[in-house]
Amino acid sequence: MTTPAGGSRITEVLNVQENELLQEWIAEQRQSGAARPDLIAAADLQDQGREFLGLLRQAVQSGEFSNINIPAWSGVRDLLTELSRTRARLGFAPSEVATFVFSFKQPLFAALQKAHAGAPDGFISDIWTVTQMLDKLGLLTTEAYLKSREEIIARHQEEMMELSTPVVQLWQGIVALPIIGTLDSARTQIVMENLLQAIVDTGSEIAIIDITGVPTVDTLVSQHLLKTVAAARLMGAECIISGIRPQIAQTIVHLGVELNDVITKATLASAFALALQKRGMTVAKVSQIKS
Amino acid sequence: MSVWKSETMPIRTQADIVHVRQAVRTWSVDAGMRLVDQTKIVTAASELARNTLEYGGGGELLLEALSESVRVGLRLTFTDHGPGIPDLELALKDGWTSGGGMGMGLSGSKRLSNEFEIESQVGVGTTVRITRWK
Ligand SMILES: Nc1ncnc2c1ncn2[C@@H]1O[C@H](COP(=O)(O)OP(=O)(O)OP(=O)(O)O)[C@@H](O)[C@H]1O
Ligand SMILES: [Mg+2]
Repeated sequence: MTTPAGGSRITEVLNVQENELLQEWIAEQRQSGAARPDLIAAADLQDQGREFLGLLRQAVQSGEFSNINIPAWSGVRDLLTELSRTRARLGFAPSEVATFVFSFKQPLFAALQKAHAGAPDGFISDIWTVTQMLDKLGLLTTEAYLKSREEIIARHQEEMMELSTPVVQLWQGIVALPIIGTLDSARTQIVMENLLQAIVDTGSEIAIIDITGVPTVDTLVSQHLLKTVAAARLMGAECIISGIRPQIAQTIVHLGVELNDVITKATLASAFALALQKRGMTVAKVSQIKS
Repeated sequence: MSVWKSETMPIRTQADIVHVRQAVRTWSVDAGMRLVDQTKIVTAASELARNTLEYGGGGELLLEALSESVRVGLRLTFTDHGPGIPDLELALKDGWTSGGGMGMGLSGSKRLSNEFEIESQVGVGTTVRITRWK
């Protein structure tokens, strides 16, 4: 075992007083409100604290306190990263997660003060060392927390995109694509791929793109719609755009966008009726059908 | 004429454009505008906010609710400190785009508004102001 230079008592304090440190630390976490008893059981809090102290003890054996990126610190890093991710998912605030580390300062400082009784120089130097060490570990939890939140958000966005672009078959040879929300560039790409795939899979000749659920049709949305229509045409399918409400029709005329060579309908129902007609079919009352 | 309510909104991300559309929609409903007028000013706001972000590199929107004797209206001022527009006449021409757009945003939002002002200086930035009365 290497002993850190300069009469440091950090390693010794962590080795000998593990239990006292743990109890005081947990009390500190509870008092700060960051322990969140509503989200984490007391026994888990105890286990996590004990595990952290065990790994920290091993890490400081290396004699390296300031560079937490070396392999000797990997156990501590992995534990804090995992803990931050779990707590992000549980609904902890980032400051509460960082407090897990920062609240350890109080008990550790107190223990070092006792250990250095009568030797202020050694005490100050140790305080400086552990402050830097714990600050770095605290920042690591914040980074891990933010990273896992970003991952959660990105996954939700992907799921939303998938969810919101189903292609439905209305009849043989007729598919419909109801679009809900904003048609930005990323979504247009997915919408287009889904539609083209559905046209191929169902052998459809007519595709109805329904924009009842699109609140604003500006030049970008129009451009994306026209692009989708053009792609469907290349696959041999004709497109009908439905859900153009009167106020939208008036607005795009003023905007100057021309949907001239695309058939448009006010409602999905009227688009469907037209699609059936184009395929030589109609919907009729039973009583009207002569046998 | 008096301004009885105003708010500034940032335009820095795609999500901000969605927020701008939603805010303009809410304000136009509060001003008692008809559905067609709501749709027109929201669409114009969408165009100008996108230009602010895409060409102006981001900026902000000043939203103002106006009243003048018996009429009420909304005034939207989009400001950025981007590259500016070297030839305004060209930029306002239907179908002219320096990017891959339709080139209808500026001229279209002018047609969708009752009043339209644009000021731009190369290297300094661009301000577009539109007003729509109820
Ligand atoms: N805020 C701005 N800063 C700098 N240049 C701008 C700004 N707004 C518009 N422009 C220029 O004016 C041109 C025309 O704008 P306009 O909104 O009419 O068309 P567009 O954005 O290219 O396409 P879209 O039809 O999708 O709006 C743009 O291509 C751009 O070169
Ligand atoms: Mg534009």
